[in-house]
Amino acid sequence: MLEDSPLLVVQDLCVSFQTRRGLVKAVDHLSFHLKKGEVLGVVGESGSGKSVSMMSVLGLIADANAKIEGSIVFRGEELIGLSGRRLRALRGSDIAMIFQDPMTALTPVYTIGWQIIEQIQAHQPQPRAKARERARALLAEVGMPNPDAQLDRFPHQLSGGMRQRAVIAMALALRPALLIADEPTTALDVTVQAQILDVIDHMRKTLGSAVILITHDMGVVAEMADRVMVMYAGRGVELAGASDLFEDPWHPYTWALLGSIPPLEGARPRRLLSIPGSPPSLIDLPRGCAFAPRCPSRFEACERRPELSPGDVHQAACFLDQAGRMRNKAIASENGVHPA
Amino acid sequence: MILMLIRRLLQMLFVMFGISVLAFAIFFATPGADPSARIAGRNATPETLIQVRHDFGLDRPLPVQYALLMKRLFITGDLTSFVNRGQEVIPEIVASTPVTLSLVLGAALIWIAAGGLIGVLAAATRGSWLDRGLMIAGMIGVSMPVYWLGSVINLFAQSRLHDSALFSWVPPLGYIAFGDDPLGWFKTLVIPWCTLAVLYAGLYGRVLRGALIESLQEDYVRTARAKGLSESRILLRHALRCSLISVVTLFGLDFGALVGGGALLAEVVFSLPGIGKLTFDALQTLDLPVIMATVIYASFFVVASNAVVDIAYGFIDPRVRDA
Repeated sequence: MLEDSPLLVVQDLCVSFQTRRGLVKAVDHLSFHLKKGEVLGVVGESGSGKSVSMMSVLGLIADANAKIEGSIVFRGEELIGLSGRRLRALRGSDIAMIFQDPMTALTPVYTIGWQIIEQIQAHQPQPRAKARERARALLAEVGMPNPDAQLDRFPHQLSGGMRQRAVIAMALALRPALLIADEPTTALDVTVQAQILDVIDHMRKTLGSAVILITHDMGVVAEMADRVMVMYAGRGVELAGASDLFEDPWHPYTWALLGSIPPLEGARPRRLLSIPGSPPSLIDLPRGCAFAPRCPSRFEACERRPELSPGDVHQAACFLDQAGRMRNKAIASENGVHPA
Repeated sequence: MILMLIRRLLQMLFVMFGISVLAFAIFFATPGADPSARIAGRNATPETLIQVRHDFGLDRPLPVQYALLMKRLFITGDLTSFVNRGQEVIPEIVASTPVTLSLVLGAALIWIAAGGLIGVLAAATRGSWLDRGLMIAGMIGVSMPVYWLGSVINLFAQSRLHDSALFSWVPPLGYIAFGDDPLGWFKTLVIPWCTLAVLYAGLYGRVLRGALIESLQEDYVRTARAKGLSESRILLRHALRCSLISVVTLFGLDFGALVGGGALLAEVVFSLPGIGKLTFDALQTLDLPVIMATVIYASFFVVASNAVVDIAYGFIDPRVRDA
C-alpha cells in the first residue's frame, strides 16, 4: 500500500435507528478520511452523532434496530458488512477504542494486569508470563507509577486518571494503526486531563498511530488535532486543518462553538455566549440546512440542504461565500458572537 | 480479607445468640401459659409435670432457664422428649441431618447447573424463540408445587409405570444411607433431587438471565467488545462473573432455608426422614423439645449459609474485600 494513501476513508456513512416514534437519523451522509499518524478532532454537541459514527467504524453498534449504510474503508478493506470474525480480529489489534468514563470501562472483578493480558492474548497467543511482562512495560509506557504493583490491582483501587492510563495501555497494547478516543478526558479532573492528553500524544508519536479524538472541548482540539471535523445533527458541517479552523472558521455553527469559549484576555464578557435554540430532533430534521433555525446568518438559500463544499483542505456545508462570511462575521462580532 | 472473615464470623455468632434467645423466649417466657404443660405434651401426669419443672429449672429465673436449656442443647446434648418418652432429641437431629443434606445438596447441584445453563442460553439468545421457550419452561417449573409434582411422579414411578422399562429401577420410597449402599442412595434420591430442582432451576434461570442482560449493558462490556473478544468470552468471563452476586445471594437464602427444614414437602412426599419430616412430626404431636431444637438448628443453617454467601462475595467481587 502506498505510504500516503489514506488509512481510513468514510464515505456517505448513514446510521439510523428505527424507534417507535420514527426513524432516528443519528448519522447522515458523513464523509471524511484520515491519513496515517494524523489526529482528527471530531467536535459537536451531545447527540450530534460523534460517538455513534465512530462506534460504527468498529462495528460496535449492536442494536438490532440500527441500520448502517455507506462505506468505511480501512487500509483498503470495506468494514461495513464485514464478518464478525474478521471484525473481531481488527478490533483491539488494528483499531482500538477508548471510552469516556474510565470508572466503568474496566470490568470491576478483574485486575488491571488480567485485562491487559487478555487484550494481548486475544490477538497474539503467547505464554502468560510473556504477556504479563508486556503488560508491565505498557503500564510503564503510559506513565503509570510503580507498574509492577499496579498489575495486580483492581480498577476500584485506582484513581480516575490511573484507570484511564490503564485503559490507554490496554488499547495500545497491540500497536493499533488507529485509535479512536471517545471523550477520553471528559470524566477527569482538569489537571489529569492534560496528563492524559500528553500520554495520548506521546503514544501517537512513538507508535505512529492515527487518532480520532471525539470531544466537545475546543481547547482539547486546539492542543491535539491536525484536522478538525465539526458535526451538527448527524452531519459533518465543517472540515478543516486545525489552525485554519481556529483562524478562519467558515460555518456559522463553528463560529458559535468558538464564541462560546470564554476569552482568556481582554475584558471579561458580561455573560458567556450560548447558541440560541436547541439542536433539531433527529427524527424530524428540517428540510434545508439543519442549523438554519438557530443561525443568525440564514438567508433564502438555506431552505435547501447545503452539501460540504468540494475541496480537500477546507470544507464547509454552508451557502455563505467568502464575501458573505466576511459580512456576517463582522455583524456577528459586533454582537459579540465571535471573538475574532 | 481475613479481617472480613473474622468480623463476619463474629456477627454470625451474635445473630445466632439473638435467635436462640428469641426461640427460648417464645417457648418459655410467653405470658399466660405454663411451659411445663406444653413440654410434657398432651395428657401428661402430674408426676411428669413435676419432673419437667425440675428438668428445665422452671422454678428459677429466666436467665438461668435459658442457660440450662443451652447447656442441654449444646454441651450435654441430653434434651429429652416427653411425648416419645425418654427419647433424646439431639441424636434424632443428628440422624436426620444427613438425609436432608443429601437431598438438598444433590438438588442444589442440579438446579445450579440447570439454572445456570438456562440463564446463560436465554441471555445469549435474548429475544429469540429459544429464550422465550426457556423462560416459559422456567415459569412452569416455578409454578408447580413440589408436593404436587412429587405426588405425580410417585404415581407414575412407584405405581402406574413402575413395571415399565423406564421406571423399573426405582426403589420403594424411603432413604438408604450412602454408607450402606451408595448406588441405592443415589437411586432413592435422584427423583427427589430432580423434583426439588425443577422449582429452583426455573427461578435461578430467570434471575440469572435478568442479571446477565443487565451486565451486558455495562460500559465494560463495550470495552470488551472493542478489545476484539468473542461474544461467548464476553458473556462467560465478563458478564457472568459480574452477575453471580445476585444468584449467590439467592442461593444462600434458599439453601439455608431448605437444609433448615424447608425441604419438608419433598421429604414428606418421598418419605425421607429428614429434618423437615422430624419437625413436621414434632409439630403434629406438639413435641416442644424437638420443635425447639429444630428451630435453633434451622436458624443455625440459615445464618451459617448467609455467612458463607457473604464470604463468597469477597471472592467474587474484589470491591467487597476492601469494604
